[in-house]
Parts: sequence; C-alpha cells; structure tokens
Amino acid sequence: MRRVLYGVAGLCAAAIPLTSIYPVFVMTLLCFAIFACAFNLLLGFGGMLSFGHAAFFGAAAYTTGWLVTEHHSGPGTAIAGGVLAAAALGLGVGGLAIRRQGIYLAMVTLALAQLVYFVCLEAPFTGGENGLQGVARGALFGLLPLQSDVAMYYLVLGAFAAVLAAIMRIVHSPFGQVLEAIRENEPRAISLGYDVKRYKLLAFVLSAALAGLGGALKTLVLGFATLSDVSQSTSGEVILMTLLGGIGTFFGPVLGAGIVVTLQQYLSELVGGWVTVVIGAVFVACVLSFRRGIVGAVLRLGGRR
Amino acid sequence: MTEIFGIPVAVILGQLMLGLVNGAFYAMLSLGLAVIFGLMGVVNFAHGAFYALGAFAALIGMQRFGIAYWPALVLAPLAVGLLGMLVERLWLRRLYGLDPLYGLLLTFGVALISEGVLQQVFGASGQSYPVPDLLQGAVNLGFMFLPRYRAWVIVASLAVCFGTWFVIERTRLGASLRAARENGPLLQAFGVNVPLLLTLTYGGGVALAGLAGVLAAPVILVSPQMGSALVTVVFAVVVIGGMGSILGAIVSGLTLGLIEGLTKVIYPEASNIVVFVIMALVLLVRPAGLFGRE
Repeated sequence: MRRVLYGVAGLCAAAIPLTSIYPVFVMTLLCFAIFACAFNLLLGFGGMLSFGHAAFFGAAAYTTGWLVTEHHSGPGTAIAGGVLAAAALGLGVGGLAIRRQGIYLAMVTLALAQLVYFVCLEAPFTGGENGLQGVARGALFGLLPLQSDVAMYYLVLGAFAAVLAAIMRIVHSPFGQVLEAIRENEPRAISLGYDVKRYKLLAFVLSAALAGLGGALKTLVLGFATLSDVSQSTSGEVILMTLLGGIGTFFGPVLGAGIVVTLQQYLSELVGGWVTVVIGAVFVACVLSFRRGIVGAVLRLGGRR
Repeated sequence: MTEIFGIPVAVILGQLMLGLVNGAFYAMLSLGLAVIFGLMGVVNFAHGAFYALGAFAALIGMQRFGIAYWPALVLAPLAVGLLGMLVERLWLRRLYGLDPLYGLLLTFGVALISEGVLQQVFGASGQSYPVPDLLQGAVNLGFMFLPRYRAWVIVASLAVCFGTWFVIERTRLGASLRAARENGPLLQAFGVNVPLLLTLTYGGGVALAGLAGVLAAPVILVSPQMGSALVTVVFAVVVIGGMGSILGAIVSGLTLGLIEGLTKVIYPEASNIVVFVIMALVLLVRPAGLFGRE
C-alpha cells in the first residue's frame, strides 16, 4: 500500500514538466522542502530547535554562487562546495549551541546566525546588499547541460528524493534511535553510557549539510544568492513550514514548504505587504491550536503516530 | 588634542558615550526579558516588537493628539503594557505547562504581526521624534560635550533598572511573584490570584520594553524594524549574562554597550558582530553565562 503511494507520488512529480506548472516554482518549492526536511531532522528527531538555520542554507547558497562566478566551477563541484561549507559551519555553530539546551540553544543559534548574516553583508566576496547575481547553471560533470528547466528539474527532484531517503535511513538507523532516546530523556541516555554531545553534534552537522544542499540547489535554480537567504526571516519560515506540516513527521515539512512557498508566491499578489502579518497569524494559530501540524493530525486520525 | 593610538580622546569618549546609551537600552530590554523568563518561564521574542510599539505610541501621540514627551513617557508604556496583558490573557496563557519552545514560537508570530502592521500603516522608512525642549543642547564637561538627552537616557534607565530590581527582590509583591514561579498552586491556596499575577508580570515586562522605546525615540529613527534589529543582540546579551539573573542582565547590558562603542572606534567593521563573538567566547568558557547557574 505504502509503496504504491510512493510510486504514484514519484510518477506525479516526474510528470510535472509535461504539465503547464511553472517548473522554476516547483524547483524553488523542492529546494525549500529539502531545507525544511533537514531542519526537521534536527527539531523533530533530535529535539533541538535551531532559530538560525538560514545560516546554513545561505552559507551554501553563497559558496555555490561564489564558486561558479569566481572560480567557474561546474555545478557538481559548486554544490559539493556549498554542502561542505554548510557542514563546516554546522560543526562550528552546533559545537557552541549544544553547550546549552532548549530555549537557550534556540537563542544561541539565532545570535550566531545573525553573526553569519553580518559577515555575508560585509565580506568582500558576497556582493554586499546586491548579493551574487547571474550564477550560471553550467553542465553537470561537464556532460549534462542544466540550462533547460527540465534537466534542472530532474536534478532537483533526484536530490530531493535522495534527501528524503537519507533522512528515513538516518532516523531508522541505530544512530537515529539513540538520537530519539536523547530527545525523550537526556539524563537517561547519558547514564546508559552514550556520548550525548557527539550524537547531538553529528545530528547538527547532518542537518546543516542537508540544509546546505537545499541552499546550493536554490542558487543554481534561480541564478542568485542574496542576503535574504541568510536572514532571520528565512530561519523563521523554515520553522513555520515544519510546524505547519507536522514536527517529527517525514512528509510534514514537505507539505509545509509547499504551503508556505505557495502562500508567499500568490498571497503577495493578493494582499501585498500584509504577507508578514498573515505569516505571523498562521504562526500564532499553529502554536495555539494546531501543534501537531497537518500530517501529524492526519496520522493521528488514522490511528497511527 | 590628546590622542590614544592615534585616535583623539574626544572621539573615543564620544563613542563610549553612545555605547553607554545603547548599553542602557540593552540593559532595560534584557531586564524585561529576564523578568518575564525568570517569573513565567516564557522567552519573549516579541520584546523587540513591544519596544518598537512604545516608540510608535509616543510618535502617534505627538503627531495625532499633541501629547508631549513627558506624558508620553508614562502613557506609551501603559498602552504597551495593556496590549501585552491582552496577548497574555488571550494567547500566551494557553501555553503554560507546555514545552517553553511553544512560547518562543508564539511570541515570534506576535512579533511578525506587529512589525508587519507597523510597516503597512507607517511605511518602512524611519521617522524622527523631537528631543524635548528641557533636554536640548549639550553640557561642556571640559574634555567633551555631553548631550543632555543622552545623559538623561542613562540616568533614567539606571533608575528604572534599579527600581525593577528593588520591586522584585525587596518588596512583598516581588516575593509573591517569585513564589508564584516556585509553586503556583500553593500560593493560590493562600488566596493569591496567581493568574492575575502572571498577567501583570508580562504586562510589566513589556511595559519596560515600551518605556525603552519611548526613551530611544529621540535618539534613533523610529521605524518598524527597530525592534527586530535589537532583539537578537539582546538575546545574545541575555545568553552572556545568564538568563535567571536580574542584576546580571543590567551589568552585562551596560558592559556590552560600552564594548560595542569601543569597537566602533578601534575596528568599525566588527562593531555589528562583537556582541555575538563575545557570546561565542563566553559559551566556550562558561556555558551557563557569566552570572548564571546551571
């Protein structure tokens, strides 16, 4: 049953270039879905709320853009470079942040992300207020040109599927089980002899690297990296996506990313500058009366967790 | 002209002065955060938004109703405090007993709503608020000119900080507040209205932010973003000082303002990030914060 569902969903996703849906829109959505899934790995399965995840998304976006524009790297190298930069940043930020827990961890990540934001604003290689413009997609490994939206779409879709599979694998692995045990009862996990800090740090780095993959792909899809990629509002959006879809569910963040990206796209035409207010109101409504999120609520109705 | 490291002393003193003024705002805001967190266990992300609302309340009062600075200094925090109590009554109250992360997320949403509304109504550009007549001009101290208004900000915020500390640590009301945090149901059994106490605490905490907003209005541009820009720095100040400690919030707020001012003289590019760098260093050396307990 479940395999059939996955198959149908996969086919639908693969058929999108045949329809009249704007491919760049779907690609942006998928990049943010990757970002939200990565964030959910940390919050939903590791129990750590990072209020600065845009730092990893944006650091990868900038690194990829910089590698392409300054060093004329191919997309493969540029994406790998972006992911590595995000992972390295995740190691630094995570190493500091896991020294505190709960809300303190949230505040520390928020502050460190703001530090990254100011560095991106003032560093010589980020283009300041303008960001990096005109990032060419190039050809994957010198063979597969990505200029056409269809080719790029399948690359992004493939990456998205790989991220979903990787997260499922991580969560169901012994590592993921220990991580969940730490989330549920940290003192107990310590007394069982687990090196809690190392598990948390690894979760942080994995989440940062996957978030970076989303950011790197986003730069190639849209052709630019800007300050908004590292901004606090992007960190807030990824929290909203995960919360709305369902914290700790596999497909919740994907659904949440779909809703938030669509809202931003079409709502800004409808209500103009009131988008921020609407997003804030959705936040309040979710926290007050919809804490399980959409997928969480559906799973609960279905009688499963 | 005397110089230190090739920088005129007057310039250094001027920047230190600005730093101290900023530090006064950091101290007032982190004090409000510490009060709300210490007594209610809520991390108030909307603190910056209430600070901006305080400044806008003063601005609207002057433009629409001709309310001068001095009455605004009382009326604007009162209005902000009432709004805060409304938020606590309607929304925040329903999250007590849940993971404190939900309180953080809720107040983040409140901050977005408030900032968005201000931006739509008043536009994104900043507006200036006049310095009151009584405090215009500067005093010549011999080695530097001290603007009267900035001196007033420092004195006023120190007085407010001390007053808050006194109320919470030395009065009967403060004792009840601390008891409510320690054991709410027991205090309620003694006939104290604990839910009302919590509403008043949140209202009082955000009124402090509103007051900081009014004090700040004449020295900065009043804009919808003024709160969100500040709240992140204040969070870092709180991590450095240790969240539970009221005195820690005041001391670290002022000190970090001074350090920021000094950085502006020595290496201006780093002045935006120096507080965050110090936070990272403190986390490495003393994870619980300088005045905090694990």
